[in-house]
Amino acid sequence: MEILILLLALFVLALFLGVELITKVPPTLHTPLMSGTNAVSGITLVGALLAAGTDSSPALVNWLGFTAVTLATINVVGGYLVTNRMLAMFKRK
Amino acid sequence: MMNPDLINFIYLLSAILFILGIKGLTKPKTAVRGNMLSALGMLVAVVVTLTTINDVDFTYVIAGVIVGGIIGGVMALKVQMTSMPQMVALLNGFGGGASLTIALAEYATRVGMAPTSLSDFFEPVAVSSSVFGDGLVGTIAILSIGLTVLIGAVTLTGSLVAFGKLQELIKKSRGLPGGPIGNGLMLAGALVAVYLLVNNPGNVAAMATILSLALLLGLFLVMPIGGADMPVVIALLNSYSGIAAALAGFILGNTVLIVAGSLVGTSGLILTQIMCVAMNRSLANVLFGKMAAGGEEIDADEIYAGKVTSAQPDEVAMMLETAQRVVIVPGFGMAMAQAQHAVRELADALEKNGTEVEYGIHPVAGRMPGHMNVLLAEAEVPYDKLVEMDRINPTFEDTDVVIVIGANDVTNPMARDSEGSPIYGMPILNVDKARNVVVIKRSLSPGFAGLPNPLFAMDHTIMVYGDGKKAVVEMTTALNQA
Repeated sequence: MEILILLLALFVLALFLGVELITKVPPTLHTPLMSGTNAVSGITLVGALLAAGTDSSPALVNWLGFTAVTLATINVVGGYLVTNRMLAMFKRK
Repeated sequence: MMNPDLINFIYLLSAILFILGIKGLTKPKTAVRGNMLSALGMLVAVVVTLTTINDVDFTYVIAGVIVGGIIGGVMALKVQMTSMPQMVALLNGFGGGASLTIALAEYATRVGMAPTSLSDFFEPVAVSSSVFGDGLVGTIAILSIGLTVLIGAVTLTGSLVAFGKLQELIKKSRGLPGGPIGNGLMLAGALVAVYLLVNNPGNVAAMATILSLALLLGLFLVMPIGGADMPVVIALLNSYSGIAAALAGFILGNTVLIVAGSLVGTSGLILTQIMCVAMNRSLANVLFGKMAAGGEEIDADEIYAGKVTSAQPDEVAMMLETAQRVVIVPGFGMAMAQAQHAVRELADALEKNGTEVEYGIHPVAGRMPGHMNVLLAEAEVPYDKLVEMDRINPTFEDTDVVIVIGANDVTNPMARDSEGSPIYGMPILNVDKARNVVVIKRSLSPGFAGLPNPLFAMDHTIMVYGDGKKAVVEMTTALNQA
């Protein structure tokens, strides 16, 4: 119960922090912001690792875990790489 | 196995790195470093998680990381900048899909069974809700599972449809049977199924109902939405993928998932809001409505007849030669024609000639937020020349020539002047205030709003018909020869 309240508090505070941060991102960087947040949402990889299942799990769980790990890894690797590619173009002058 | 407190402490560290990463994105100069910090945060979180799991079947984990890493890497390195909206649409969908499959795996693990035949779906399994935790904790866990499946599945199919539309695999924007009412019923049905699932976590049929209704809902929601509304849809799905990740954090009681998911969720929502304001439409109107049908039918011929002047690119070059200040207004047509490099070369030729050049960027130009900026950055246009609508608008009166390339509705003066018009109130780039306007366009065909654009018929507007890239290249050549 106490943990639940803490998680909820974390969630609400992170929402407020998100609003403060994101409103300061200039429109010119909105596309890299989206691909960058795609990469951050690949944090589900952590969840996917935790849910990947054990030797004794039903095969379905293993396959769901495999799918989750694959999709999350695509977001992490693809998201960070493509964001870096775009931002490098903004940096040069 | 590390101490759980230490693990949570390290998760906090990686959450801080994500926050610093997004903070870096507030300035182009610090953005690359920000992205790296964010990636470092991800690495820390993943490595720490790997140390905590010891009874996991690593075959599937390693296979997933290899397959996903290759697909993600190839996508990121091969994608053309004009195709960024498609790439982001896919990544949104994969994010939703990852949360969806985590929730399903977690559900099957905790209930302790996986359906192997059709009849399994209709036999509620006897489980006490305590497998998900005691009392309220258990209720919240199973509620989070139900909602993650719902939002994850909508994000998955919705994003795949958005991708199909952007990639032009799906050509038509048609409403599927049911319309908004049908979608509302599907959503209500899915929520009832979530309620049933929370009441009896062993109710596998309820889980199957949530999953199938949500998959259909994503399809039905995005299918009727047209190309020019895509910026809103992509931003919204971006937000959903974050919310799904945060909910998955509640299932697993994982702090870093909650923080990162909320950041992504708010980011998408704020972008959605910005896009809606830039179109002067409510989110509900974009999702469920069509553009309001205009009061009286506007006859395009009446506006255009005998009043449209057209010219060849070399004639335009003569006008550009004497211009002090030129503003270039790009739209989706520039992306379609892959004309961003040609546009930069024209700007170079103008600047060599002593002309001041800036770019006027409307927030919804293109198919996603910031689409034009990325294309022009690719063509090595310095970002301080890309001026947002509110700052460029007061300068049009002192501008000798505006070159509109592949943009239409965002320059339509009816949005400002004609009260009965369907687009009335939408903020536009006031290009008609400039001394001369050059519009590069294939024909006089209307833009997404289906309206004629009185700008084209104004005395100081010149139409240059043809392919955007070719016309711009010809102008540059003529200008360089002059």
